[in-house]
Amino acid sequence: MARYIIKRLIQGIPLLFIISVVLFALMMSVGDPVATMGGRRVTRADDYERLKRQLGLDKPIYVQYIYWLAGNTWTKTDLNGDGVAETPGTRLGILRGDFGTSLVDRRPVMQVIAERIPNTLILMLSGELIVILGALIVGVYSALRQYSALDHVLTAFSFIGYSMPIFFIALISMFVFSYLFKKWGLPYLPTVGMFDPQAGKTFVQVVYHMILPVISMSVVSLASYSRYIRSTMLDVLNQDYIRTARSKGLPRREVIFVHALKNASLPIATIVGLDLPFLLGGAVVTERIFAWPGMGRLFLDHVNRADTPVVMGSLMLVAVAVIVFQILTDVVYAWLDPRIRYD
Amino acid sequence: METTASQIPILTLDDLETPPLSLGQLAWRRFKRHKPAIIGLVVLVLLVMYALGGTLFISEKYANFNDTSLRLQGPSAVHPFGTDSIGRDILARTIYGGQISLMIGLTAVIVETLLGILVGAIAGYYGGVVDSVLMRITEAMLNIPEIFLLIVMAKYFGGKIPEVDLLGRTFSGSVIVIVLIIGLTSWMYLARIVRAQFLSLKENEFVLAARATGTSNFEIIFRHILPNSIAPIVVSATLGVANAILSEAYISFLGLGVQPPTATWGNMLDGANNYLDTAPWLWFFPGILILLTVLSINFLGDGLRDALDPRSRTV
Repeated sequence: MARYIIKRLIQGIPLLFIISVVLFALMMSVGDPVATMGGRRVTRADDYERLKRQLGLDKPIYVQYIYWLAGNTWTKTDLNGDGVAETPGTRLGILRGDFGTSLVDRRPVMQVIAERIPNTLILMLSGELIVILGALIVGVYSALRQYSALDHVLTAFSFIGYSMPIFFIALISMFVFSYLFKKWGLPYLPTVGMFDPQAGKTFVQVVYHMILPVISMSVVSLASYSRYIRSTMLDVLNQDYIRTARSKGLPRREVIFVHALKNASLPIATIVGLDLPFLLGGAVVTERIFAWPGMGRLFLDHVNRADTPVVMGSLMLVAVAVIVFQILTDVVYAWLDPRIRYD
Repeated sequence: METTASQIPILTLDDLETPPLSLGQLAWRRFKRHKPAIIGLVVLVLLVMYALGGTLFISEKYANFNDTSLRLQGPSAVHPFGTDSIGRDILARTIYGGQISLMIGLTAVIVETLLGILVGAIAGYYGGVVDSVLMRITEAMLNIPEIFLLIVMAKYFGGKIPEVDLLGRTFSGSVIVIVLIIGLTSWMYLARIVRAQFLSLKENEFVLAARATGTSNFEIIFRHILPNSIAPIVVSATLGVANAILSEAYISFLGLGVQPPTATWGNMLDGANNYLDTAPWLWFFPGILILLTVLSINFLGDGLRDALDPRSRTV
């Protein structure tokens, strides 16, 4: 097993290399980060040159990539523009744990990202939890009562949910639970932000503000997860050992939840394991609509200002997480199902 | 040793009560039984008629005509769907926006399918180093969530493609950008399906026979193996149209997609959350049209999967 894990980790290296090169090349021409630095004032030509030089943006792309990747401590750069390289580099590069400095607010990328990750995880993990629980209930029920009236209704709803654009469900739920409820004098839900600035960032406030974004986010995944659980459950229920268990006279409850669900949960665990790392990236559309200060918003705001270090940092974080979770999922799968051997 | 004649009578075509059904007839029969798929097909035809037929009654000029004195008016007899934030008629814009959205869905899927088939076929057929390089690239693309790739690419290509005139109409260059980037970011699943098909199909005798008679690799790939793996490709392409329409809507909703005055269902929603309560008609009509389109295509795709590829039924 250890050999398998090491092999997979080594295989991940070229993958991360391809991803980083392509993204870096794309990011180099999504806009001019220096152009927006002066705010509304037009940057003077010599200031512009100086800024580019100081930020290292005057270097060729491959040099910038190497600095980003491995740092520039072994070279000297020309900061004052007299043609002589005099200042030793201080960047360590992402390989040595230095994600660089944001071009927008001149703070370390690590710090910028670290501020956002908890916000995103609160939102995404509670969404994922609701999705898994809801999908288990819906999926198992539909599988047990296949082709019943409620199964058909749930099927229709899951198709609608699966086809629902996130912004549309978000706008509808905001309209109903915030605007209409307010109009009807019912308790209504807040639509933007993470907490009411007057009330402060308390637990209750955050939960209160989280309800609508979590609902909007969950609809699509709930629909597809429950379909998946229904079909894996049906597969298992049609197997011989379930019939054996039933014919032996085991209680129905035990057959369903111990014999069937335990085995059906293997593929479900795989799907969840593979989806988890993507939660780290946040939900771009949801966070934008509900003004949630998470990773998705961070990405969107910084991509718009061509802030390569932040964008690269957050995307590489997701990419590494995806690779790690793929390996973890394989390992857990082998542990849950002793028939699987990777060596 | 004496051989005994088989007890089973040999049936000739005349003995059969009905002639055997062709594969196409069998598929059609299965498709007809799938009620949601039929409903999906009908709704889809109606939606296409709405987007195309509307052209006969309303001109594109009218759809892009704005009168700020009429901004944000609710649905009325003159403007059945109301007007938007700069006074354009929303009904007219859903018609012309629908054409663009549907067209983007279809053309992006063509790009996606061509890329997916090419990568999957080459990787599956040749195997070895070619396969592992192509599959590493595919995996790399799958490691970044699609919406992030779409945003980066939309920023990268944004404004680089000039306007084009086609069929007497001017299309914003951003339409082509969107088609390209959706195609470029969505081919990976299809490539994997096609590769898996090729891996198993290339071991068949008919491939060996073709190779023995000196058929070129190109012909074996495209004339012999590809037609045998067409069913999953058709299903995946159909569902791909729904995904492409959704992707366009997301990216345009974020303001990075098709640029005005060209309307799409997606960019009609850009900024709509500022008018959440004051002008719900602004986001309701384009939103419901996107939902209906995507839903009916998903039903259609599900029916096609049952009809063409019964073994792969997963749901």
